[in-house]
Parts: sequence; structure tokens; C-alpha cells
Amino acid sequence: MAVSGLIFIAFVLSHMYGNLKAFSGHDAYNTYAEHLRSVGEPVLPREGLLWLIRAALLGSLVVHVYCAAVLWRRAAKARTTKYVMKRNVASTLSSRMMRWGGVTLLLFIVWHLLNFTVGKINVEGGATNDPYNLLVDSFDTWWLTVIYLIAMVALGMHLRHGVWSAAQTLGLTNNVAARRNANALGVLVAVVIAGGFSLVPIFVLAGVITK
Amino acid sequence: MKVTLKIWRQPDAASKGAMHTYEVDDVSPDMSFLEMLDVLNERLNAQGEEPIAFDSDCREGICGMCGLMINGQAHGPEVTTTCQLHMRSFKDGDEITIEPWRADAFPVVKDLCVDRGAFDRIIQSGGYISVNTGAAPDAHAVPVPKDKADRAFDAATCISCGACVAACPNGSASLFVGAKVTHLGELPQGQAERDRRVVSMIGQHDHEGFGGCTNIGECTAACPKEIPLDVISRLNWDLHAALRHGK
Repeated sequence: MAVSGLIFIAFVLSHMYGNLKAFSGHDAYNTYAEHLRSVGEPVLPREGLLWLIRAALLGSLVVHVYCAAVLWRRAAKARTTKYVMKRNVASTLSSRMMRWGGVTLLLFIVWHLLNFTVGKINVEGGATNDPYNLLVDSFDTWWLTVIYLIAMVALGMHLRHGVWSAAQTLGLTNNVAARRNANALGVLVAVVIAGGFSLVPIFVLAGVITK
Repeated sequence: MKVTLKIWRQPDAASKGAMHTYEVDDVSPDMSFLEMLDVLNERLNAQGEEPIAFDSDCREGICGMCGLMINGQAHGPEVTTTCQLHMRSFKDGDEITIEPWRADAFPVVKDLCVDRGAFDRIIQSGGYISVNTGAAPDAHAVPVPKDKADRAFDAATCISCGACVAACPNGSASLFVGAKVTHLGELPQGQAERDRRVVSMIGQHDHEGFGGCTNIGECTAACPKEIPLDVISRLNWDLHAALRHGK
């Protein structure tokens, strides 16, 4: 769970960095997208690195979802008679949203891939083979931006607890200072990644990033 | 003061239980929570009704026997055991919901009593050190660094009451197992069996049907002995070490 989660964090960080290229305009963004496909040539075939990353991500996803399903099932079996009254006093909302938040993210990822990778659906009917234009057309559509921003809230919350929980699982939080740092790192990673992703759609909708 | 109690009643393990409502008048704020239940039970006895079964032993907060879910919190609103909770923590006219610990690994025996034998079996699986008994050795015969002694002692304050399991949304006993593993793992005497201990105890924990830890932290907030979450980090660290060592 922890290791596959850390692989995802490395991925979303680099993904967010790539997205921010949208602020540098059409050519910079598309050159970056093209570079992702040609990087490593001729040692790697075209899109070679991309497929290696996809394989690693898919493998991590299988592990992550499997572990989550096992934990979910064990939790359900560990308390079959529910409390009439149960109060949560210390846990963060993020920690309690991990499971349904994770399901939300999984659904979003499917949607997101259909939108930008597999289907390349351009709701405004424009070109779909131009990554920058597809991005601007998509986020010009208010409801696509809303879906995206909701997913970023889910991502931020997932990361907030995930980073801390991974540190615990890896046994790295053996004293008060380490626990405080792991929690702070969770908040930092969540704000940087979810915030960084949110910038592009917000600025597209605001008309700052245009075609 | 006067309180309204909603209490889980269940005649035995096989029967279905339900919440019953009782009014208790003339409650003194100086009464402990269990004394308040004693007063109710005396009345029920006098009326020829079956008194409410609940566990308690030392009534001074050190044995870990008592444990009730009070208004949705293990041991109630204060950071202490149920026996050390006093009625001054409640207001006149309060409605108080009292339930047993809920975990399938802690089956209800009767009313508010649960069977915490699962904890005993986890301890039997590795929560000990194997040494020949005899005359007690000199206290300074085995030097222990102060910070390790302190941490071992903090972890050893666990009284196995089960509040961590009761409060955990996953029904996990990781704080309990972590406390034992940290307590023995910090001391020189605990080293010989350190790898085997963590693997066996976690194996037994899972076998008993406790849930898995997702580091939510409700356990440590409910713990009357304030065992910190880092014992779970130590538990994971020791498990990784044991697996690396091929145990």
C-alpha cells in the first residue's frame, strides 16, 4: 500500500509539473508532450518510456487496489455489529475518506483517461490530436473543470492521509518529531500537488490560458 | 443530578440484544460512572429485575478490566478508564448511551461484558520473554539506556483494556500489539525473540479477526494510558526487519 502509493506520488508530481507547462503557451506544452513520446530514442522505441511508466503505474494500481480491498473487507468483518452511537474524536476527515475518496479517484482516473488519453473527447468539437488545444477546450467547459476540481479535492485529501500513513507503515515515525514531520509533509504534498493541478483549469476558465 | 441511560442489554452470547432505557435520579457528581451503575443495579435488584452486567475489578484505573462505550467514546469523554470517569463529566438531564466494545474478536458475553480472550491469545503467541526463573537478578546487572527504558515503560503502561479496538473504525488491535512489541523490543531482554515475537503476534492478531490498521489515530485518542501512535510505526519497522531476516 505504502510503496505503491509512493510510486503514485512520484507520478502525480511529475504529471503536475508537465501540466504547468500550459502557462508557457501552446508550443511549450505540445513540445513537452511530444518529448515524452520521443525521450530515450533511439535506445527506447518511440513512446517506450511512456509505456514503461504506464506498466509500472498499472502494476502499482493493482497492488494498491488489492491491498485497499483486503483492508476494507477485514474492517467490515472485524465489526459486524455496529455501534448505536460512535464518535470520532481524533481522526482527520481525510483519514476517514480514504476508501470512498479512493473509489472517487479511481472513477475520475477512468474518466480522465477517456477525456485526454484514450478517447481524446473534445466536447467543443475541436482538434483532439493537439494536446494544448484539447486541454483549453476541455477546461473552457465549466462542468469539466468542476469535475476536475472535485477530483483534486479528493486527491488532496487522499495524499494528506496517504503520506502520513505510508510513513507509519514503513516504520519511519518512531518519535513525536517524526510523526509531526510526516503529518506536515502530508499537508505539504497535498497542497502542492492538488493545488498545482488545479491552477491550470482555473486559469483556463478565467481566460488567462487561451488558445 | 438526573440522567437517562440507554444501555445495551443482551442475556447471553447467543441471544439478540437491544437498547433499554433507564432513568437514574439522585446521582451525585462525585460518583464514579461505575458507582452510578451500581446504584441502578441495586434498584433493579430490589425490583426483582436482572441487574446490568458490566466488568470491573480494581476501580483505580490500573487493571484494564472495565471498559464501556459511553456516548460513542471508549471509556467516555475523559482520557481515563471507565472506573475513573466521574459523573461530574456529565450534566443534569443528560442522556447517556452505554454499549459494550464492538468487535467480532470481542464477542459479547452478557450485556456490557465482552470476552477479551483474543488479547490473551495474542500475548501467548509472543508477548513475553523466555527466561529461567529464579532469584531476581540485580536491577543494574543489565544496563538499559535511559531513553529506551522510558519508551519501554511508556509502552508497558498498556493495560489491555481494549479501548483501542473499540475506538478503531477498522476494529484493529494494532495499538495493543504495537505497545507490547515496543515494550519488549526496547529492552535487552526482549532481543532474543524480537523477530519471532512480532511475526507471531501479528499472525495471531489477524487470525483473531481484528481489522488492519490504516493509521487513522482513533485508538491513541481513546487509550486511557495515552499510548502514542509511534508504537504502530515500531510494530511495522520490526515486522519489516523480521521479514528481512527471513522469519
